Amino acid sequence: MTTQTLDAIISIRNLDLHYGQFQALKSVPLDVRTRKITALIGPSGCGKSTLLRCLNRMNDLIPGCRVAGKVLFEGRDIYASGEDVCLLRKRVGMVFQRPNPFPLSIRENVVFGLRVAGVRERARLDTIVERSLTAAWLWDQLKDRLDEPALGLPLDQQQRLCVARLLAVEPEVILMDEPCSALDPIATARIEELMIELKKRYTIAIVTHNMQQAARISDFSGYMLLGEMVEFGPTAGVFTSPKDKRTQDYVSGRYG
Amino acid sequence: MLVAFSALASLLLIAVFILKEGVPFFFKYGLGHFLFGLTWDPQAGQFGIYPMIVASLWVTLGAMAIGAPLGIAGAIFLNEFVPRSVLRVVKPTIELLAGIPSVVYGFLGVMVLAPFIRAHLGGPGLSILAASVILGIMVLPTVISISTDAIGAVPNSYREGALALGATRWQSVTLVTVKAARSGIIASIILAMGRALGETMAVIMVVGNAVKVPHSALDSARTLTANIALEMGYATGLHREALFATGVVLFVVIMLLNAMATSAIKAGGRRA
Repeated sequence: MTTQTLDAIISIRNLDLHYGQFQALKSVPLDVRTRKITALIGPSGCGKSTLLRCLNRMNDLIPGCRVAGKVLFEGRDIYASGEDVCLLRKRVGMVFQRPNPFPLSIRENVVFGLRVAGVRERARLDTIVERSLTAAWLWDQLKDRLDEPALGLPLDQQQRLCVARLLAVEPEVILMDEPCSALDPIATARIEELMIELKKRYTIAIVTHNMQQAARISDFSGYMLLGEMVEFGPTAGVFTSPKDKRTQDYVSGRYG
Repeated sequence: MLVAFSALASLLLIAVFILKEGVPFFFKYGLGHFLFGLTWDPQAGQFGIYPMIVASLWVTLGAMAIGAPLGIAGAIFLNEFVPRSVLRVVKPTIELLAGIPSVVYGFLGVMVLAPFIRAHLGGPGLSILAASVILGIMVLPTVISISTDAIGAVPNSYREGALALGATRWQSVTLVTVKAARSGIIASIILAMGRALGETMAVIMVVGNAVKVPHSALDSARTLTANIALEMGYATGLHREALFATGVVLFVVIMLLNAMATSAIKAGGRRA
């Protein structure tokens, strides 16, 4: 676990993170492997979302947040000075807990990332809208409603629109912060199927409360507790033969 | 409840009073003559308020041209680019601007602004430009206060969503935050227009008050409000009724602006 894995697109060693005086991450390691789904599980407040938000530097927005340690994305330390955060976030995209489409039309939501990158040609934007919505399984439902406001869609379509919005900028890694916690079980199942489909082309890291979800979809799992990475490994191993007593308690439901 | 109803009652009384005093004049003199007449000469029985309508429009639009961009830029800056702690100090301070008596703004205009305009741009100094600048400053608290609230109410998830797609801070503000807060910002501008249109004292002091259709921003002019305030003291008979009728025109325009502001806020509430 401490050796650099060759197929890890993101590799973290000994990451410490403080919110003011509070230490939220304690010497955390993590490997996110290419074209696999890596799940972070653990009780609320264990630091899993914080860790995920280190991968695209969204924690930079939080005043008083300090990071020490290395986060290597394709071998480059994203926290090194002079790194282009906007470029990083295009390559490492994020889907949030609550669907957060912009108060714009469906089409404008999808092309937002391209607009900020300066893409103007109408034809190219149209192609990308179709391709992204198709990849997020929305094209058939929405192709005639592209100019309607995105906020009028049901929640699971909003969430898939947020995925489509990401796919439009062709990221390499997709971070998902409890993407299903605002959705009902049927909508959740659709998002999970979508993730498995997306795995063919993208690397996915997901934070989830839902252990069944982690077990169902992920290839690797990390169990976190109180800011520490207690156990990390192939999902089957973490869930069926955990090495750490604390992991065992959690995955068997004895925790809390 | 009594207080709330007494506020409502006084509004109603004002409306009824102005309408009762002003509306008969429309029929006596003719609405078209009144609104589009070029001559205002009460001694000769001429009551055309067209020059004053034009002046009011110019002054109001001028005030908006100065106050709206400054106010919106200020609101964006306060919300997006300074720490919360600064906002908590600066916003109430800006709102204090609204508490300065308008005569003080007028005084500033007469002593500083008008001479400056006379010296550097020409004309009499007391002019539409001077009134626009003074009013532009006076409406800042309205624009900043309401726009700041509107921008502050934009969910943080929009900002995060934009930044997570690789937008710069500035792009996230202009492409998402301002669009999401659009209705509140529009409402602030409409309310500020109402305030600029209705302001009297500061305008009388700096606008020059000549009753003629202005041809440039450096011309002296007289607004609707200034006309009422200047002449009400000695007006009698038909002249007095004409002033009330001027009040009716103002009243109707400001009510319309307020209704527009309210519906803009409501439209925004539905979308969010």
